Amino acid sequence: MKVDPAAVEEAAKTLYIRALKVLPDDIKAGFERLSAAETHATAQQVLGTMVTNIRVAEDTDNLLCQDTGLPIYNVTIGRGVDLDGAALKDAIAAGCRRATQEHPLRSSVVHPITRHNEHTSTGRHVPVIHFDFDEVPERVRIEMIPKGSGSESGSWLRMCLPAEGVDAVKTFVIDRVLEAGGKVCPPTIVGVGVGGTSDLCVHLAKVAATRPLGSRCEDPEGAALEEELGRAVNSLGIGPQGLGGDATAFAVHVETAATHITLNPVAVNIQCHSARRASATLSAEGIEYGF
Amino acid sequence: MAHVDLSPPVSEAQVRELRLGDTVTLDGTLFGIRDATQIHMFDRGRETHFDMNGHAVIHTAPNVKKVPQSAQYPAGYASVCIGTTTSARMERFTRPLMSRCGVRIIVGKGGLMDESLQAFQELGGVYLAIIGGTAALETTWIEAIEDVDLDDLNPESLWKFRVRGFGPLLVAMDAHGASLYDSVRHDAAARREQALKSLGVHS
Repeated sequence: MKVDPAAVEEAAKTLYIRALKVLPDDIKAGFERLSAAETHATAQQVLGTMVTNIRVAEDTDNLLCQDTGLPIYNVTIGRGVDLDGAALKDAIAAGCRRATQEHPLRSSVVHPITRHNEHTSTGRHVPVIHFDFDEVPERVRIEMIPKGSGSESGSWLRMCLPAEGVDAVKTFVIDRVLEAGGKVCPPTIVGVGVGGTSDLCVHLAKVAATRPLGSRCEDPEGAALEEELGRAVNSLGIGPQGLGGDATAFAVHVETAATHITLNPVAVNIQCHSARRASATLSAEGIEYGF
Repeated sequence: MAHVDLSPPVSEAQVRELRLGDTVTLDGTLFGIRDATQIHMFDRGRETHFDMNGHAVIHTAPNVKKVPQSAQYPAGYASVCIGTTTSARMERFTRPLMSRCGVRIIVGKGGLMDESLQAFQELGGVYLAIIGGTAALETTWIEAIEDVDLDDLNPESLWKFRVRGFGPLLVAMDAHGASLYDSVRHDAAARREQALKSLGVHS
């Protein structure tokens, strides 16, 4: 299968707009689950308004949230795919720019020092593009995540000591959720990275935060931690928007990586309730869009 | 817990009547401000020609579309999607917004902190919580973008919106020193030890 950069550009543009407008089914189901279990009156109303907003966005073909975020594209390349990697990167950036100018969308991307906004949602190293490979023949999958800044500000890394054990990991997660309060737009997905190098640990936290609800960590040790931490986080009473209630998080997601004998890294990255993502699958049959 | 409809500008007395837990719906003028707007106004001395005395501001930076000026689009902008950003980053601007510009109402999400609460108490102001991430809904409450200033900062310009039925918004910080965020934070901190214990952590 040969990948046409023009098709990738079109997909990158469509994905950005689609991700901003339609929430994945797993997140919608997450709202139903939290609403059914919520015992606080104010929190019930807050969740109700969020669900109404999802409907209004679809009915009016509008963005769920005004924050167009930092654009992230995760590209997974299957077997037997013939592509020009550099052209693919250019095509994704071009699609991102076109979405911004043609929809139009607010460009939320500025130079970090001058704060200059080129109004293209692109800049140095942005869009963020990650490449991975899988066994699926003749297929390229592109996932798009517009990562909002309210929740992205809820990002932390701590290089704990081995002597502090997993207790330090658990304590760190609870304390960061307390610190974030309502600022990260709860109910959230709390992404936790455990192990690796510092940069891998932070990356894993982001992977965890942006994983579909209902998915589990492949490492059974990580999966057990997800369960425990999920219950503990929702016992804190922070609630939707930090206004009090049971629904602080949809879930806690954990990703693990092997680490050094002297290291015990933990990172937290939070995803807000507008947990947006969209995907496109490119194959010989054309482009298919999903979540 | 009362519900109040307000059409700014409002008086100090009107704002001081609002209590934690009351709800407010706004009609008429609402100004949009954000990080860069306030950095330029309060750190770099930029002036605005808008009279914000007694008015309400919302922490926002909207998605807009440039269109020809008309009665419907007096500023030459159509709203695409207008929502609310996290207020806490702009904590240090609450006092100058109130003391220099006369602002009495801040609409935002996630809450503000001690310095703001003190300014609300001393100068007569409130913080109205909107539900963050519900911009599609908020956009239906915006009638028009009436005017814009400091537009070189776009999208973080100083926006003047005309709104109708903007709410209900929750009085989450009032002019009497009460903050819902403080009480939730305090209660959550009290539950920390039990949460850690449930995880087998004994501190």
